[in-house]
Amino acid sequence: MNIGRRIGLTLGKATRDAFGEALVELGKENPNIVVLDGDLNNSTKTDLFAKAFPERFFNVGIAESNLVGVAGGLASCGKVPFIASFACFMMCNAFDQLRMSVAFPGLNVKVVGSHGGISIGEDGPSQMSVEDVALACALPGFAVLVPADQEAAAALVKAAAVHRGPVYIRVGRPKVPIVYQNGGEFTLGRANCLREGRDVALIANGLMVAAALEASHLLHQEGIEALVLDMHTVKPLDEEAVVRAAQTGAIVTAEEHLIWGGLGSAVARAVASRCPVPMEFVSLGDTYAESGKPEELFEKYGLTAEAIVRAAKHAIARKKDV
Amino acid sequence: MKEINLEELQTKARILRRHIITMTTKAGSGHPSSALSMVEIVTALYFGGVLRHDPSNPTWPDRDRFILSKGHGCPALYAALAEAGYFPIEWLSRLRQLGSPLEGHPNMRALPGVEASTGSLGQGLSIALGHALAARLDGKGYRVYALLGDGECDQGQVWEAAMAAAHFQVGNLTAIVDHNKYQQTGSVETVMDVRPLIEKWRAFHWHGIEIDGHDLREVLKAFDEANTINDQPSVIVAHTVKGKGVTPLEKDYTWHGKALPPDLAEAALKEIG
Ligand SMILES: Cc1ncc(C[n+]2csc(CCOP(=O)(O)OP(=O)(O)O)c2C)c(N)n1
Ligand SMILES: [Mg+2]
Repeated sequence: MNIGRRIGLTLGKATRDAFGEALVELGKENPNIVVLDGDLNNSTKTDLFAKAFPERFFNVGIAESNLVGVAGGLASCGKVPFIASFACFMMCNAFDQLRMSVAFPGLNVKVVGSHGGISIGEDGPSQMSVEDVALACALPGFAVLVPADQEAAAALVKAAAVHRGPVYIRVGRPKVPIVYQNGGEFTLGRANCLREGRDVALIANGLMVAAALEASHLLHQEGIEALVLDMHTVKPLDEEAVVRAAQTGAIVTAEEHLIWGGLGSAVARAVASRCPVPMEFVSLGDTYAESGKPEELFEKYGLTAEAIVRAAKHAIARKKDV
Repeated sequence: MKEINLEELQTKARILRRHIITMTTKAGSGHPSSALSMVEIVTALYFGGVLRHDPSNPTWPDRDRFILSKGHGCPALYAALAEAGYFPIEWLSRLRQLGSPLEGHPNMRALPGVEASTGSLGQGLSIALGHALAARLDGKGYRVYALLGDGECDQGQVWEAAMAAAHFQVGNLTAIVDHNKYQQTGSVETVMDVRPLIEKWRAFHWHGIEIDGHDLREVLKAFDEANTINDQPSVIVAHTVKGKGVTPLEKDYTWHGKALPPDLAEAALKEIG
């Protein structure tokens, strides 16, 4: 993806690659880690783990409900299952199993949804996950993570491994720009402030973090200073970071997800209850996308730095309303 | 049924194979190997007199239905629909492009002739059963066909639908399993051994027919046989070769989900003839 190129961000790995590599490192450290996949190991990159630890890897075939149920059983016996499939099939096909076999009993299963969002591109809507964050947030006890780049993905996969309890992590298909060019600190549930600014706060996750940084650059050229937060953990939400962001007097959220039930909804709830300020939402809205090149889709469905800039100006203009 | 000229059908199959290679290479992505194994099945359905359909009236209420449950095989379906006259053949060259109704997986809202939006494996047979039951409710005589992958048969929902279809005794439903022996990450034998297939379907009270899925004569005969069974659903387990007709695709399953680069596509078109 070419997001962030014009502000000098260099292209890194896909977050699914960073996930696959981190998983191998985790496998070396912790013999209790087991990995399950549903006939997508070469896409989700669990094939790296499968190669390194064949006896701790299970390919259950094209059967996501069974995949999740088996993970629940393994976790009940003290294993730490990392389970992977495309985000859409994992969350949508096996939601009741995630509910009854993982969330309700509070089991220590790490659910990884790859090919998240619409950046999967040409394969089209049936393979695109635009509702996974909403679904994962609707599982009590789950932590929900949306890493922005390779650094974030590797660090958050490792954080998920030591976190006790179920976790959902969304990773993506395409190579993405490196937001954390000099590395970064990642704590589950703690947002990262990437830029200070007094006029508006841009709160994003996943690929939209690079877009938000790009937007802050464009806004700066117009004399508007934007604070940029990487809200890699949607749940539990870093409300203190939201409260700080609200001191700018206006907030824009940006996510590669439906407008329903994702980052924007989570931030809006915190803002409404703790620090009311005008908000604007950059998202896919309420629609499925279509086949196309990832860049074209981001353009068509309004997931761009320009869209964030417009939203920021709207939010700033509404400051006097509140 | 109209007189079938086998040679003409074989030519049609060759044309579909050429379209599959050309459109996926042009798109730069897609699942040519999964489309190639189902070519004779689709050819028999659309050009062998099996489906009663009217390309100029895609929503004709009495039409037979073909539901592509293994949605990723859609280049074969798109080629057949174009050749049958549902839309101009030129549309094939816009496969997977922004704004094209020929999406990466079938979208029934976008493209005439597509009966179900598929791409999440395991769901097509249930949808087909719904069509079959609707025919009964409406007193219509149409038949419903659903094409599944062998890897797709890993999904529990396939067997839920199988059980229900037999239970409701829908004689107007025929499932075809494209038994090409491979799924995405390996052979069905190594990934998840779903075999023996025909015995499973029979145990679910389906009428089972096993054929060479690349022998058009056998494919046509199987559809004929299925259409004579009226008190239970029928399944045709079609033994096929993933990537059929294109040597590199036949030889190496890791081509699953990948388009041929232009040079290999050119060689493939030569091989297909
Ligand atoms: C529910 C679901 N899980 C996973 C996938 C990803 N996927 C696409 S094709 C495929 C392999 C299909 O194998 P098979 O059914 O044998 O079809 P073939 O390509 O061999 O014709 C997989 C796992 C999917 N499309 N849907
Ligand atoms: Mg197969």
